[in-house]
Amino acid sequence: MSIQVNAVLIVAAILFVLGFIGVLTRKNILFMLISVEIMLNAAGLAFVAASAKWQQADGQVMFLFILAMAAAEVSVGLALVLQVYHQYKTLDIEKLNALKDE
Amino acid sequence: MNNLLAYIPAFPLLGFLVLSIAGRKMSKNLVALTGVGSICISAIISLVIAAGFISSPPTEGFISTSVWHWFTLSDFIVNIGLRADALSVIFIFIITFVGALIHIYSAEFMRHDEDYARFFASMNLFVCSMLLLVLADNLVLLYLGWEGVGLCSYLLIGFWFKEPTNNHAANKAFLITRIGDTAMLIGLFLIFHNLRTLNIQEILLLAPQKFSTGSSEITLIALLLLAGGMGKSAQVPLQTWLPDAMAGPSPVSALIHAATMVTAGVYLVARMNAVFILSPLAMSIVSVVGAVTLLLAGCSAMVQSDIKRILAYSTISQIGYMFLALGVGAWTAAIFHFFTHAFFKALLFLAAGVIIESLHHEHNIFRMGGLKKSMPVVFVTFLAGAAALAALPLVTAGFFSKDPILWYAFSSEKGNAWLWMTALLGAFLTAFYTTRLMIVVFWGEAKTAIGHHPGKAMIIPLIILAILSVTAGFVEWPHNMIHLTLFSDLLHQQLPEVALKPDLPAESLFQLIAALTTFAGIVLGYMLYYRKTYLATSWLQSPSVAGVHNLFKSGWGFDHFYRAVFVQPFLFITRINRTDFFDRIYDGIASLNIQLNRFLSLSQNGSLRWYVVGVLAGALFIITLQLLL
Repeated sequence: MSIQVNAVLIVAAILFVLGFIGVLTRKNILFMLISVEIMLNAAGLAFVAASAKWQQADGQVMFLFILAMAAAEVSVGLALVLQVYHQYKTLDIEKLNALKDE
Repeated sequence: MNNLLAYIPAFPLLGFLVLSIAGRKMSKNLVALTGVGSICISAIISLVIAAGFISSPPTEGFISTSVWHWFTLSDFIVNIGLRADALSVIFIFIITFVGALIHIYSAEFMRHDEDYARFFASMNLFVCSMLLLVLADNLVLLYLGWEGVGLCSYLLIGFWFKEPTNNHAANKAFLITRIGDTAMLIGLFLIFHNLRTLNIQEILLLAPQKFSTGSSEITLIALLLLAGGMGKSAQVPLQTWLPDAMAGPSPVSALIHAATMVTAGVYLVARMNAVFILSPLAMSIVSVVGAVTLLLAGCSAMVQSDIKRILAYSTISQIGYMFLALGVGAWTAAIFHFFTHAFFKALLFLAAGVIIESLHHEHNIFRMGGLKKSMPVVFVTFLAGAAALAALPLVTAGFFSKDPILWYAFSSEKGNAWLWMTALLGAFLTAFYTTRLMIVVFWGEAKTAIGHHPGKAMIIPLIILAILSVTAGFVEWPHNMIHLTLFSDLLHQQLPEVALKPDLPAESLFQLIAALTTFAGIVLGYMLYYRKTYLATSWLQSPSVAGVHNLFKSGWGFDHFYRAVFVQPFLFITRINRTDFFDRIYDGIASLNIQLNRFLSLSQNGSLRWYVVGVLAGALFIITLQLLL
């Protein structure tokens, strides 16, 4: 155990924040989706680190769940993105605001 | 015989139910058969009961039957129990018999009305309520009938509801009688509070034991009951609804005035006689109310020009006589006057209905005239009714019932010369306005052409009632003439006899004065409206006479007075409090919510970024909370 758990957690936090900033600042839905993936991976990294620290398999199991969930999410998300593009001919999140209160 | 009792109100109730449920789908003949038949069956049953009552009086003096257990409140049990003693039997006889004649008449009178079934349904319910009222053995059931009568009067006065004035009249009748009803209800509460029972016989037995004569509780109870009676019987100061109640069809007026509704107050006072006897003050108020009413209404009847309004005021005046008689303790005289009045007033209203119908709905007597030749049957029957109303001596029923009232107003222990003189003046006015009505309507030249003549179904009830208006009085003769007192013999089982003053002048002297007064009234009417018609018109030129005329015509300005004292201040309060204080509180809550809604809907701006920021802010908030606490 040469790598410090704290360092791993810091990396996870940095990844998470980077992903979050991506979600907030990107205009293209596709990139926002990728940023969400980065945030999921950051969470997964934190779980793995925790599992290594306490020598418990729960964290690893949780990471597998996140992986499977991410795959499912990406498939649904990409399908939605395709449909959105089909309907509105754009992926700019600024223009996709039809759900606002009239 | 006991078992038959329950069927008397049951048949009209059945008629009402059938007509109100299936009436629209029934043919007019079937509606008439149901509506009239139900009352006729009741009339036959009450005739059987009345005949049984007279031929073989029940040993206890009454027959009773308990139909249903109504409700129980701890140890207070209310049954739907019917009880018929002599007083009730006379009332059910009048209600069903006169009611049946009026129904037969209406079968033709209302024939062309589109709401034929609704009319008969309401009429049947009216009769049913009134029968319940007079047959009830406890005051709760009596009150049910009492309110039922009020409801039906509302439905029937506003029967032609497309005219706003008719609705106004119906509302007025309902609201003004309601004032009396409320007082009466409080009276019932007081009775229950003091005696722990509302059974009429128990009250009559217990009241003399529980209360001392003239105590304030019993006076209060008697006055509250009297207020209820004054509302229903249109006595001053609650009389203003009755003249306006003429908005209803003529048979309805006949039913209200003769058989139901206005006599309910007389019945109530007579029924609760033991309560009233305990309170001399209440008794004298009853007689004063009656005396004032008969005089005021008599004056108003003199100057009206609407034929039905004349009859309405005359009813108020005649009910005033009944109250006067009740007040001086002449219980049987009051009921006897009710008995004869029912015949001739029903007759007069039905005949007036025929006249109005034949003259294309003309109500103004000064546009009638000359009907003597063109409508001979109506003329003869109307003459019989009018003679009875004017109390023409010896040949009419009205004389036999009014004469004892005049006599007892003076000779009873509670009577005095003032009451007698008021009643005498009332008799003079009655004779005068009746003569005026007869002459203006039937003599002179015809002013409106006759549209169509009435059929058999309308004429036959008139003839029967005319015969009764003349002969009904013969069952009870004044003591000094023929010794035949069937009516009071029957009633004295229930009602106490009059206590007379000692050392009275001869009764025949009073009868002579009363007869002369009646003739004086007739002669005055004859002079003013037949011989010297210019006199009346020239008198009206002078402003003071015209002022009095207008005062009388407006019913002594009671309507204006009530408008100024009660209605206008109420409207004023409602106007200044239009934005109700309590409404403001609820309006505030509503507008606060609307503002909050506007504020929160700003957050739904459709921008995904803002939502993400919202999620982040929420997550941070919760984590911070977790860390801090």
